[in-house]
Amino acid sequence: MNQTDNNRENPFTLGPLQMGPACCDPQPVIQVENLSLQYDGKTALDNVTLDIYRGCITALIGPSGCGKTSFLSAINRLTDLIPECKVQGCIRVDGRNIYEPTHNVQALRRQIGMVFQKPTPFPLSIRRNITLPLREHGITQRTQVETITEQVLSDVGLWDEVCDRLDTAALSLSGGQQQRLCIARALALNPQILLMDEPCSALDPIASGVVEDLICRLRGRYTIVIVTHNLAQARRIANYAAFFWVKERAGQLVEFGRCQHIFESPTHELTAAYVNGARG
Amino acid sequence: MFQSVQNDALTCWVLRAGAVISALVMLLILAFLLIESWPVLDQITPARFFTDTSWHPIEGTYNLTPMLSGTLLASMGALLLAIPLGITSALFIVFYAPTHLALPYKRMIELLAGIPSVVFGFWGLTTLVPLINQLHPPGASLLAAILVLTLMILPTITLTTYSALKAVPSEFLHNAAALGLSRWGMIHGIAFPAARSGIVAGVILAAGRAIGETMAVLMVAGNVVQHPEGLFDPIRTLAANIALEMAYAMGDHRAVLFVSGLLLMLLVMVLSAMASKIGKNQYA
Repeated sequence: MNQTDNNRENPFTLGPLQMGPACCDPQPVIQVENLSLQYDGKTALDNVTLDIYRGCITALIGPSGCGKTSFLSAINRLTDLIPECKVQGCIRVDGRNIYEPTHNVQALRRQIGMVFQKPTPFPLSIRRNITLPLREHGITQRTQVETITEQVLSDVGLWDEVCDRLDTAALSLSGGQQQRLCIARALALNPQILLMDEPCSALDPIASGVVEDLICRLRGRYTIVIVTHNLAQARRIANYAAFFWVKERAGQLVEFGRCQHIFESPTHELTAAYVNGARG
Repeated sequence: MFQSVQNDALTCWVLRAGAVISALVMLLILAFLLIESWPVLDQITPARFFTDTSWHPIEGTYNLTPMLSGTLLASMGALLLAIPLGITSALFIVFYAPTHLALPYKRMIELLAGIPSVVFGFWGLTTLVPLINQLHPPGASLLAAILVLTLMILPTITLTTYSALKAVPSEFLHNAAALGLSRWGMIHGIAFPAARSGIVAGVILAAGRAIGETMAVLMVAGNVVQHPEGLFDPIRTLAANIALEMAYAMGDHRAVLFVSGLLLMLLVMVLSAMASKIGKNQYA
């Protein structure tokens, strides 16, 4: 099974991806204003203000424990699952404050897909991993479900590898394939935004490369926010980068800007020290 | 270095000894049952336990089917009530109850599991049977047996289902939430399939307990050897039959009681074989 991942010359059979607006015309889709986040009264993230631009890849970088993952899970309100977590401030997605009590969380999470660090296919068949969320969101027509399944599996370059065993266990796939299945599962709901929490860090270098290429190909069609500890990767794939740092045990946003700017001519000396490997 | 290798070997032998002893106990009991029931099994064909006219062991007629039907009906009735109740209360604890309620509720269920069966029987005899008697005499009945058994196996099902659901990795639940699944969508789509083998194991354990339960059933079931025609008819179970007659049974009669013990074991064996079939999640 690992062989298929490693030995193919071109692992992709990508479907046609429509390009979104170019990144040279930044148009904010997520506006974060004065976001603070507390776990049990302890501040994990302090007063972050940041715009995420449509169709671009925004990388969140910084040392462990600086609140990158907390920031990410505040965007799709996954923080709701943690009872002792308190969120203050405002996040607007397409201009609407998602923390308004009337905001439909399920619809929000359909609009914003998420891929986690550890590949987590459900203990179901490959097919059911994709159809289960579809059905939950009311897409039940058989032909439509099948079309979407094939489309998203093709988009992540998995269709050729699994099309003859869609009804076998998703957990029998290799790590890289599992992560691509998780991405396909998120794409099936046709989100606008993809949140990725270190999607490559649990994978071997080759599978990681495959997933990284995939993320690049998703640029334009989706707005991607990716947490990564791999600075080289952030530099390769991101249009924008946000650098977080821990001050007095609370995560803070130090600098945000174009990727080139953050990596080549950062304004803040902490950023310079971190991206050059002197700190962090 | 040498010390740790020695320790390792010692541990290995202790574990082996434990495993062998457990297996041996099981085999010895089976052998004992077979030896004790052999005098009858040798003389009469097993079909007679199902085709004889009645259960009059002294006169040499050994029809076990009334007891078999009593056992099966009481156990299945109890399972029918306890499975939905047990699974829903486990779901309540794991997914719905606020923390300050979940823990006391679970403690209460654990307490229910700890009540001795004779206490259940006593309560059934003094409270439940008179109540059913008002509804439809005689009171001591299949229904009473079902209700008492339900209470006895409910905590088993609740607690095993609880553990199985708790063991579902939180990553699954976070992923499900991130995909916008509702709480119920997550429960029936992911938590149940992931916890399936644990839940089935719990149900089988409960079924085994219901089939073998003697004291409580004996106290409330009426113990008339007959095929019940309704919920209000008294029944006698295989286990109760052994307990009732072993004190004075001799010769072939005694051997037939051992045959009914064998039959009980067979039932449980069939159940656990079924468990490994149903309980397997082919995708895990």
